Amino acid sequence: MPHANALYGPLDPAPDAGYVDAPPRMGFFTDTSVCIGCKACEVACKEWNLVPESGLDLLGMSYDNTGALTANSWRHVAFVEQPRSTGQEIPAFEGQPDGPSVSPATAAVGARTSSDTGTDPGLPPGSPAAATRMSAGPEFLGMPGAQPPGRGSGAQGRTDFRWLMMSDVCKHCTHAACLDVCPTGSLFRTEFGTVVVQEDICNGCGYCISACPYGVIDQRKGDGRAWKCTLCYDRLGAGMTPACAQACPTESIQYGPLEELRERAAARVETLHERGVPEARLYGEDPNDGVGGDAAFFLLLDEPEVYGLPPDPIVTTRDLPAMWKRAGLAAMTMAAVTVVAFLGRRP
Amino acid sequence: MTDTTSSDGHRRRGRGGDGEQLTVPPADFSSYYGRPVLKPPVWKHDIAGYLFTGGLAAGGALIGAGAQVTGRPELRTVGRWTALGGVTASTYLLVHDLGRPDRFHHMLRVAKLTSPMSVGTWILAAFGPLAGVAAVAELAPLLPQHGVLGLARRLAPPVGHAAGLAAAAVAPALATYTGVLLADTAVPSWHDAYPSLPFVFAGSALAAASGVGLIAAPATQTAPLRRLALAGATVEMVGGRRLERLGLTGEPYARGRSGRMITAGRVLLTVGTAAALVSRCSRLLAAIAGAALVASSVATRFGVFEAGRVSARDPKYTVVPQRERLDEKNGPAIRP
Repeated sequence: MPHANALYGPLDPAPDAGYVDAPPRMGFFTDTSVCIGCKACEVACKEWNLVPESGLDLLGMSYDNTGALTANSWRHVAFVEQPRSTGQEIPAFEGQPDGPSVSPATAAVGARTSSDTGTDPGLPPGSPAAATRMSAGPEFLGMPGAQPPGRGSGAQGRTDFRWLMMSDVCKHCTHAACLDVCPTGSLFRTEFGTVVVQEDICNGCGYCISACPYGVIDQRKGDGRAWKCTLCYDRLGAGMTPACAQACPTESIQYGPLEELRERAAARVETLHERGVPEARLYGEDPNDGVGGDAAFFLLLDEPEVYGLPPDPIVTTRDLPAMWKRAGLAAMTMAAVTVVAFLGRRP
Repeated sequence: MTDTTSSDGHRRRGRGGDGEQLTVPPADFSSYYGRPVLKPPVWKHDIAGYLFTGGLAAGGALIGAGAQVTGRPELRTVGRWTALGGVTASTYLLVHDLGRPDRFHHMLRVAKLTSPMSVGTWILAAFGPLAGVAAVAELAPLLPQHGVLGLARRLAPPVGHAAGLAAAAVAPALATYTGVLLADTAVPSWHDAYPSLPFVFAGSALAAASGVGLIAAPATQTAPLRRLALAGATVEMVGGRRLERLGLTGEPYARGRSGRMITAGRVLLTVGTAAALVSRCSRLLAAIAGAALVASSVATRFGVFEAGRVSARDPKYTVVPQRERLDEKNGPAIRP
């Protein structure tokens, strides 16, 4: 008998998947407030998991040269520059020369750039109109200029600004759409509650790619199979920390039992609020959200969509019973009209 | 610390092609360099083609069975060959679209109700052989009268009849599960259309198969097809009437290349059905009507397929509806 929340709602996924005496659910807490954008996580992940190269050139999106999570990038460090203070009570650049370095036009250019990630769809171009608006409309700073911020613009044009940096990763959802829709059983739930692709099973049907509400999983060109973060399943089995968390120099990426991470994250948000950073909020930690909570969740300093995350994702299979009902109704209609058409009078 | 949401992002959107005012919010939203949140489907046009051929096969099997039961042998033959042709093309297209076609049989490792593709695999696995047996049984008259082959000649019709009826029993599932296949994704325009898609596909399947019958079967036996084309068109039109009215995520069904394909599908469907209804006395008109119905189905399937791809490529269709839902739940966003 499936669990009442088998498709939607709070659930402990490993026991639901049939594991007896499963170890505690493991996950990542990525605290973006201490991320310094060093990309050590990206490199460590590639080294440990033998992930192919995915393009090294900067994309015109600040210091981002990865662009998105792909089959060949299982961690992606996002960079956003905003004409705002860092949220501290005293603006970081008070009395200092700084200001717009470039125009929103460069953000539009950044949206169109691409890089051969060796994957499909990999890094599709964005919408330049949306890019110029980004999070702060026409004041968006865009790509860093050749000079330090504000040097070329004169004292009058100077404003405060901040950098948002976030290391994105597969969320290892409680209700993982990729796993639900996989027709080969290649995607499976591990005893740690994570979601992993078995590369010897995947036949590259691509269903998981359309099903993921976060745009994480992707297909490797030439190889044809789908790839994504495994939360270093091999390392977990040996009691080790995943490569990205191990390499993170600021503990922005924290690995541990999900229960403990949630407590730690709640305390961190409280600390930040006390220190005058009211915009600090958690993303993906709530077991009552549309995917039943993520095993990899984040502390963000702006709205999720600013970082390229969906603001309120819902696992598509929540509506699957309703979908099958509609299909059943349509099938019956189809059979009925055929009977009626053939029952009619012969000419 | 100011809220610097741009006002120039407000643009009037949502005038449908038919001049109807759609309530679509202004597309003023945040994004990461305008990049899509979702990965657009990696499915190639093989899958749009399969939506058509799979539907055609299902419709063909139903027509074959209807003709079999009501004693229309030529129409039965056409129906059965349509079913076999459709399902053969479908199998080819589905395997060809895989990243690793040599591993197509991995689909048969599991049966999962949560995966419409797995369900579809088993539907096809049941339908394909039945449609094959039914069609091949039509070759019985070519066999010699006597000997072992003569026995096969006598056995073929009853076996073909049983297989034809069984294929027809599976056919409605084959034609409609594809609606769930597309809807059970994060692709906004496909997911939000889940109540409509199975009906659109069911109607489109009947119209396409009726079209082939009108082209290939003798006029004396196509009376049911004219009624079936009308019924299919009605199911598709009524089932699909809400596609453009989904709000923002309905936009790709009304605008751009995908919108033009959907419109073309409807125009061809209307013309084809009308022509079919008056084609009793003209073989040429029946063939033209049939061609229009087949073309309509192709246009509709490619249009729906393309609409989904458009909606996954633009972050607007992902972010704006989710942001609205969230603001309704929690109140407006916290801005730094």
